[in-house]
Amino acid sequence: MKVFLDHASTTPVRKPSLDALVAALAEIGNPQSVHTHGQQTRAHLEDARDELALAVDCNRSEVIFTSGGTESNNQAIKGIFWARNQDRKRPIVVSSAIEHHALIDPIEWLVKHEGAELVLVKLLANGEIDLADLESIITKHGDDIALISLMWVNNEVGIITDIKKVTELARSIPVHSDAVQAFGNLALSFRDSGLSAMSISGHKFGAPIGVGALIVSRNLKPESLLHGGGQERGLRSGTMSYPLAKALSAAASAALADLSARQSALKVLRDDFEQKLSEVIPDIKITASGAPRVEHSSNVIIPGTKSDSMLFLLDEQGLSVSAGSACQAGVLGPSHVLMGMGYSEQDATACLRVSFGHSSKPEDVDFAVRAIQAGYAKAIKAQAVAGRT
Amino acid sequence: MRVLAAMSGGVDSAVAAARAVEAGHEVVGVHLALSRMPGTLRTGSRGCCTIEDSMDAQRAATKLGIPYYVWDFSERFKIDVVDDFVAEYQAGRTPNPCMRCNERIKFAALLERGLALGFDAVCTGHYASVSKDDAGNFELHRSLEMAKDQSYVLGVLTQEQLAHSMFPLGATASKDLVRAEADARGLSVANKPDSYDICFIPEGDTREWLRDFVPSDAGKIVDQEGNELGEHDGHVGFTIGQRKGLRIGRPAKDGKPRYVLEIRPKTNEVVVGPEAALQIDQLAGSRYSWCGKAPENANEFFDCQVQVRAHGDTVPATAALVDGELVINLLEPFYGVAPGQTAVLYVGTRVLGQTTIDRTRSAVNAGV
Repeated sequence: MKVFLDHASTTPVRKPSLDALVAALAEIGNPQSVHTHGQQTRAHLEDARDELALAVDCNRSEVIFTSGGTESNNQAIKGIFWARNQDRKRPIVVSSAIEHHALIDPIEWLVKHEGAELVLVKLLANGEIDLADLESIITKHGDDIALISLMWVNNEVGIITDIKKVTELARSIPVHSDAVQAFGNLALSFRDSGLSAMSISGHKFGAPIGVGALIVSRNLKPESLLHGGGQERGLRSGTMSYPLAKALSAAASAALADLSARQSALKVLRDDFEQKLSEVIPDIKITASGAPRVEHSSNVIIPGTKSDSMLFLLDEQGLSVSAGSACQAGVLGPSHVLMGMGYSEQDATACLRVSFGHSSKPEDVDFAVRAIQAGYAKAIKAQAVAGRT
Repeated sequence: MRVLAAMSGGVDSAVAAARAVEAGHEVVGVHLALSRMPGTLRTGSRGCCTIEDSMDAQRAATKLGIPYYVWDFSERFKIDVVDDFVAEYQAGRTPNPCMRCNERIKFAALLERGLALGFDAVCTGHYASVSKDDAGNFELHRSLEMAKDQSYVLGVLTQEQLAHSMFPLGATASKDLVRAEADARGLSVANKPDSYDICFIPEGDTREWLRDFVPSDAGKIVDQEGNELGEHDGHVGFTIGQRKGLRIGRPAKDGKPRYVLEIRPKTNEVVVGPEAALQIDQLAGSRYSWCGKAPENANEFFDCQVQVRAHGDTVPATAALVDGELVINLLEPFYGVAPGQTAVLYVGTRVLGQTTIDRTRSAVNAGV
């Protein structure tokens, strides 16, 4: 038996998304072409834009289709930074220590190559963004800030940031949010958020891997990473993939249609999981349990184990979960998110993320708890050996 | 058996894993991440820490239809191998890091973790053979192909470690056969070059690499009588028997080349002299181990052969434990053996044991 509880990394493609993709693939026409074929596929692309704009609650012209979260984040961070540094120097980029690599690495690239300065907002003891610290950063650096970027939902621990409060504090400073884990998992409105830009990724909510969007406010004119045909408001040159766009918007609609029912159902699974796991392994620490967090995901520290041993032992039993993020060579380092939240390196290498999704079933919880309990016995033995020698 | 195949990303470990699968074992592939900062793609070379190697290992595991994981041993590797390597050079010795890695990482940290996780053995692509004697004791033997034989770097293994080690390539007649087999199995690493460098020194320049870790103060190069012949920019990285890179302006009186004879870390001196002075007739070390069953009476000198380099020659010798040291009397001299190197004892093809060399005795001065 195989159980997939790693929906925060990717979730199965939803039927309407697959159907939309397949139907669109059967057609012919470059959406940029003047002829009827082109006009037809262009119509599909623009239908997808309408549908997605409705789902994220933004203007249709604010939807820029991209390849996914990493591209959207890179385009937002670099594009806004460059645009904001045209009339005068604004070197400061404000972010946090628990952002995804796809967000923090582009900033670090700007620090290394373009003279940017990264200022990290402090976190509260429970892992939430310290809004008072953000306010003092904004007061201190003011118009030297090129942009603020804070993720809406943390990918490892599920903490929700109050984006509305962030944008209120930021006033005229552009705020971007990596909403890759948020969109499709909580109700949100781009319009009401006050954001200037927001990244979303299709495969987190039931579209295929390889498509996402950057929502860019009409008031914002970021520089483009790509140059070419000038598609997508000049922000994403290249022939537009109407099949992927259709798949993306269909998945978005499907994710919103069952959102509140799914939230309630997954909260039951998640709470049940945490409850049962605490019973069999009383030592576990549930991270971010004191902070507002999304319903579908659980991050637990299992003292005395190492994530890579646990992942092996769970995989062996047919349970797919994750822990932190691996480097290019596949090394699972300590979770920078947990380190950023103030956990020790030991804790940050002993965590597991179990995330539920639209295809999860109640029996998955029992399977996961049993597998983790069985793996735990061996993992602590392996870790004891490692500590001894 | 449940077998943990250590897969470096090279052809040998891939074929070894393939053979373990074919032998009917339940095999899981593991790539050991030994550096926290894996290098970028290195064309044509192979080490333990590159992304390319990790991907090659994964591809091979996929071809074999076995699960594959990357396990992080970087912290252990740094402490047990890299730091040890640096400390040994600082102390004027010449270490063998591959030996340390086998001793402390592959057949210790990895094996112990594997056993704890439910495995029975670790399988590697080393060219050597494990067998059992009539009494059930495990023995390590040279591989069939002498040119590739790697029993030397496995000489540190103990009976207990041998009991959980698997070297499927030991009986292979040549490396070409291994490559041909890899090709036939559709493994993309079939023609990947062999690795010769120390994996954590990608450029292959040990002396240059050490500079980043060890302060190098200029010191004197002296002859055996103590006459100053020149200056060096740090004793660390010099090796006994080294001839090149001394940069001594004046030629020797006899016009013959000079070699490093001794490194004196305390006074930061490098002693040089003629080749004849490199002759060694005795080796000794207190950090010894028996590879499998210990000799019946190790306190009495017994006949054996000794090897001091991975692919070096052996010479006949007698050895015995004397006052806590393994003392090895060479019946034919070795040239340029450095403290820190490992002396591995053989009886025929069987590896008997080893010691890290603490001291050597010059054959020239022995009679004086």
